[in-house]
Amino acid sequence: MSAIVTAEGLRKSFGRRARSVPVLDGLDLTLDEGQVLALLGPNGAGKTTAVRILTTLLTPDAGRATVAGFDVAREPRRVREVISLTGQQAAVDDRLTGAENLAMMGALAHLPRRMVRARVAELLTAFELEEAAGRQAGTYSGGMRRRLDLAAGLLVRPRVMFLDEPTTGLDPRSRLALWEVIRGVVADGTSLFLTTQYLEEADRLADRVALVDGGRVVADGTPAALKARIGEAGIELTLATVPDAGLVATALGVAPDGTHLRVPTDGSVAHVSAVLRAVEGTGVTVESWVVRAPTLDDVFLTLTGHAAARPTRPEEVAA
Amino acid sequence: MSAVTLTKDATTMVGRSLRLITRDVDSMITAVVLPVMILVLFTYVFGGAMSVGTAYITYVTPGVILLCAGFGAGNTALSVEHDMSSGMVERFRSMPVAAWTVLTGHVVASLAKTLVTTAIVFGLALLMGFRPTASLLDWLAAVGVILLFVHWVTWLATLVGVLVRSPDAAGGFSFFVMFLPYVSSAFVPVETMPSWMRGFAEHQPVTPVIETVRGLLVGGTPGAPTGDALADAALAAVVWCVALSVVFATAAGLAFRVRR
Ligand SMILES: Nc1ncnc2c1ncn2[C@@H]1O[C@H](COP(=O)(O)OP(=O)(O)OP(=O)(O)O)[C@@H](O)[C@H]1O
Ligand SMILES: [Mg+2]
Repeated sequence: MSAIVTAEGLRKSFGRRARSVPVLDGLDLTLDEGQVLALLGPNGAGKTTAVRILTTLLTPDAGRATVAGFDVAREPRRVREVISLTGQQAAVDDRLTGAENLAMMGALAHLPRRMVRARVAELLTAFELEEAAGRQAGTYSGGMRRRLDLAAGLLVRPRVMFLDEPTTGLDPRSRLALWEVIRGVVADGTSLFLTTQYLEEADRLADRVALVDGGRVVADGTPAALKARIGEAGIELTLATVPDAGLVATALGVAPDGTHLRVPTDGSVAHVSAVLRAVEGTGVTVESWVVRAPTLDDVFLTLTGHAAARPTRPEEVAA
Repeated sequence: MSAVTLTKDATTMVGRSLRLITRDVDSMITAVVLPVMILVLFTYVFGGAMSVGTAYITYVTPGVILLCAGFGAGNTALSVEHDMSSGMVERFRSMPVAAWTVLTGHVVASLAKTLVTTAIVFGLALLMGFRPTASLLDWLAAVGVILLFVHWVTWLATLVGVLVRSPDAAGGFSFFVMFLPYVSSAFVPVETMPSWMRGFAEHQPVTPVIETVRGLLVGGTPGAPTGDALADAALAAVVWCVALSVVFATAAGLAFRVRR
């Protein structure tokens, strides 16, 4: 398999010399052709900065990146011919209709007019926007806007699609629908570079996940490999006192965090009840307990031994 | 990038901006209502107290036109700022297109809008007693000078739109532009101003534009230049407008390249 996106030692700082903060601090990654790579990280990890460098919008201070074999800093025009970018904010014109937005992108892609018309119709169907095609995009729901935004990058099929947090702010149903659409694009042969704050999203879409924190990749691998290391879900226990927590932690073989504990579990009744019996056996009082899917914080804690460098938004509890 | 694709991209962007501008209901209402209000205000409220040697409507119409045109042009700062911050420009930049043509689109749309606003002011002024003495050629020349004026103001607005970081700052600019004509011969002859202000009023770029438009449309009435005086004003107007257009268009282009 050949690499279609590579980054080696990318560095980027913002601000004047004295006060500049490194946002990317030696970022390395590879996306293989036809595959999906998810950059998973909390707010401020440097995901958007990485995407902007790879899509030629920003030049790195150091390091090298290529897309489809072209150096992003030296041959930006060649790179732009093979990519599409759907940024963190939906970039559609609110006062143009859905169809007009797409037609404009077709014209900018220098497609012949007849082809634009055909392609716009195709995309409107594929993204379930036919009925709303004649309405101004400003009247769309968040999910529809996102779909239009994605479609706008696909008038000419790109070799690599960059999606920066495509489902942030969408409700669960719209998120599922968008994942379907994204899978369809990937099935057609487009490689996908995705950023997300949601472990579940990376799990559902990606072939490989790179965990970023503080501007560098702190862990990477297949979703299955990462999950094997953190467990499908966790039983979270809150004890009355720190010594109690220590007692229970020793019995279960995990590390306590104050009065809290997290025990990885596959979520099966057998395993959960076994754990609870073990807790009961220690004879301490349990304030509360809950079974929860792992959050980004759990991932960081488990894989890196420390919490994410910057605060994350509270992850919703997966059903 | 070939000239053909450049032209194509620019055409697409112009089409985009024209659509956006005509569908911006708020700004269209402002563009129509503002000239009406200003003209009525100046003619019927202030007009009675003004003595400029002729019917005030005759004196003030060219000024009102520039005021409204300038205001409309100032709004370009808002459109450009929106494109810069909304992710639109980022998207264009990630595509194999000449992204700066997005600015050209806004400038052309602003010129088109000016034509509409200008027609409204003229129409209304005629109803209110404005009696031009202009030939067809004078009319064309006057509209040409107005467009030249709007051209540089729009490029300045574009530059501001590229540089500022908030819609509020961009909005403030169109306010500033609206005030420029007040300190010129637009509403009162500069001779009536204190000498320090008169120095500014006589040498700021709006004054020769106003004088030229006035000379072309109502030449011969009090306060309107004719003959050599008109030729001088016209030359000054054209030189000012072309020079400022070049300066601000270049600056806007450079700022657009640097601004990330
Ligand atoms: N143009 C800029 N000027 C100054 N600082 C910047 C700039 N762009 C990004 N930063 C800073 O760099 C850091 C990383 O930003 P980035 O947008 O790459 O993070 P992110 O991982 O995409 O976060 P989020 O999940 O919030 O989108 C942040 O602290 C941000 O404030
Ligand atoms: Mg981001």
